[in-house]
Amino acid sequence: MARVLVIAEHDGTHLNQSTARCVSCAAQIDPAGADVLVLGADCTAVAAEAAALQGVARVLTLTRPENAAALAAVFAPQIAAVASGYGYVLGPSTTFGKDLMPRVAALLGVGQVSDLMGVDGPRSFRRPIYAGNAVLTVEVPEGLTVVATVRAASFRPAGAGGTAPVEALATSTPVPAHTRFVELRTGSGSTRPDLQTARIVVSGGRGVGSEANFALLYQLADRIGAGVGASRAAVDAGFVPNDMQVGQTGKIIAPELYMAFGISGAIQHLTGIKDAGLIVAINKDPEAAIFQVADVGLVGDLFQVIPELLKKLG
Amino acid sequence: MEKIIVCLKRVVDYNVRIRVRPDGTGVMTDGVKMSINPFDEIALEEALRIRERGQAKEVVAVSIGPADCQQQLRTGLAMGADRAVLIETADDVEPLVAARALLRIVEREQPGLVLLGKQAIDDDNNQTGQMLAALWNRPQATFASRLELDGGRATVTREVDAGLEVLSVDLPAVVTTDLRLNEPRYVKLPDIMKAKKKPLETLALASLAVDAAVRVRSLRYAEPVERTKGTMVTDVDALVAVLRDKGLLN
Ligand SMILES: Cc1cc2nc3c(=O)[nH]c(=O)nc-3n(C[C@H](O)[C@H](O)[C@H](O)COP(=O)(O)OP(=O)(O)OC[C@H]3O[C@@H](n4cnc5c(N)ncnc54)[C@H](O)[C@@H]3O)c2cc1C
Ligand SMILES: Nc1ncnc2c1ncn2[C@@H]1O[C@H](COP(=O)(O)O)[C@@H](O)[C@H]1O
Repeated sequence: MARVLVIAEHDGTHLNQSTARCVSCAAQIDPAGADVLVLGADCTAVAAEAAALQGVARVLTLTRPENAAALAAVFAPQIAAVASGYGYVLGPSTTFGKDLMPRVAALLGVGQVSDLMGVDGPRSFRRPIYAGNAVLTVEVPEGLTVVATVRAASFRPAGAGGTAPVEALATSTPVPAHTRFVELRTGSGSTRPDLQTARIVVSGGRGVGSEANFALLYQLADRIGAGVGASRAAVDAGFVPNDMQVGQTGKIIAPELYMAFGISGAIQHLTGIKDAGLIVAINKDPEAAIFQVADVGLVGDLFQVIPELLKKLG
Repeated sequence: MEKIIVCLKRVVDYNVRIRVRPDGTGVMTDGVKMSINPFDEIALEEALRIRERGQAKEVVAVSIGPADCQQQLRTGLAMGADRAVLIETADDVEPLVAARALLRIVEREQPGLVLLGKQAIDDDNNQTGQMLAALWNRPQATFASRLELDGGRATVTREVDAGLEVLSVDLPAVVTTDLRLNEPRYVKLPDIMKAKKKPLETLALASLAVDAAVRVRSLRYAEPVERTKGTMVTDVDALVAVLRDKGLLN
């Protein structure tokens, strides 16, 4: 039996890519493969996607109406019951996993390794602290279940080609009724590539100046097939919805190309883009901190640079 | 409700650029400015607003850590908390231990709401509130950017990856704060004087009979691999050339 249990994140129809990244993290801990646990009101489609991932030994499902929304208080006791047979329980370091996994750990009476970014040994892991200004190596003592959230940007998604069996588990764990899902308001609702999986991300900061001006970034993004992100200042100012925020308290991303327009480069923002392949910064202030980390910098006014870029790209 | 408990963690101020000790045993904190964790200030501000609207009678601030945490608790009292509790310990406190200690206070005080920050900006763990909710067997609403109370329930808007999620939870409940929940007030000088007279109780962590065994051991601290400074280009043509050369744009 697999020793690593991965908790799947999904929206009811599709598996979130963070799960495939957890599976490849699991493979570094135990090459024998991981079991993936899907909780939902109907797990069929998601379980099939999970079963097709390389490195998955079995897909387990917990299907019941109470699992329609991913409520930590409802999921945690069910996961804790399944987890007793495993040495490791991994979830993604997304808002889903961050909300859920500590509740699971507490029920198991163990700690949690948050934002696991590297596997040094079977019980020893690396994680960022102080907004990524330091890296801490931690060890979980023998005999304790390792519960961790996996930093998606640090692991490649597991590939396709798996053919794992799917098994439905019995659902007898009592769950509370004190927490109710009301609604999900998706922010941008755009058809652009998802920030966390996009190959290219174009990002705007306070320098963009207004919600209307963000149209320029969207135009550029659509031309080059990019996702669009933002700094906290841009979100706070109401230029864009909160789900576009990149950084320590927003999304941690690792695109091949990150282009920052009118972003000063505060440490909390840089935390979110450290793993990007190539960072390009466009800022009118030559002293902006972002130029200290950018691979390619251009001092200029974004309102001139973007139209020119669009023209040159045709 | 009668009471709200707010957790205030003492952390290195968010403006300080921390350095790792050369021997890898920790980060340098000598002489460094310490503050209330920014998310906890937001938690306290929210509690004060709830009390000021007449929806709660008392706000109790709790901190776990060394005697120096009294400074942050005094600041919390100056902001407007009614009283404070310090759970004193010289040891590093893991989230599970913090949650267990907080549970003791929660059992004693019977609050209608416990507000915590979503994460401490030193360890970036993002665990304590969720763990407390699990041990207390009560609802949790994490990463809150809006909180409305209505009788025995709270409606909480949460900042999640997909946008904004709204939950309805029965009270008592645990809520952790995100940055956009509110803007904390500034402390005024007369309030600092007044805060000196407010009650601050100290309890030894050891006296709470909390299992404090290490569950995640910190072995070594290291500087992150820094990105090296790249090159500057002078115009858009050069920028496009670099990106095309690397195969990132066509
Ligand atoms: C606890 C905590 C957590 C945080 N988490 C995050 C986070 O997750 N993500 C995040 O981004 N921030 C976060 N912040 C905020 C962060 O500290 C900064 O305040 C924020 O990143 C600044 O955003 P900005 O660079 O867009 O704005 P500014 O710092 O105001 O920079 C704007 C930049 O735009 C440039 N500019 C202006 N006009 C133009 C133009 N026409 N053309 C080109 N350039 C122009 C300016 O030169 C300037 O450099 C956090 C802060 C705290 C305290
Ligand atoms: N030692 C502590 N004292 C007071 N509050 C704490 C302590 N540790 C954690 N907390 C609370 O729990 C939140 C999350 O912390 P963490 O799980 O460490 O990221 C913080 O924002 C605080 O509100």
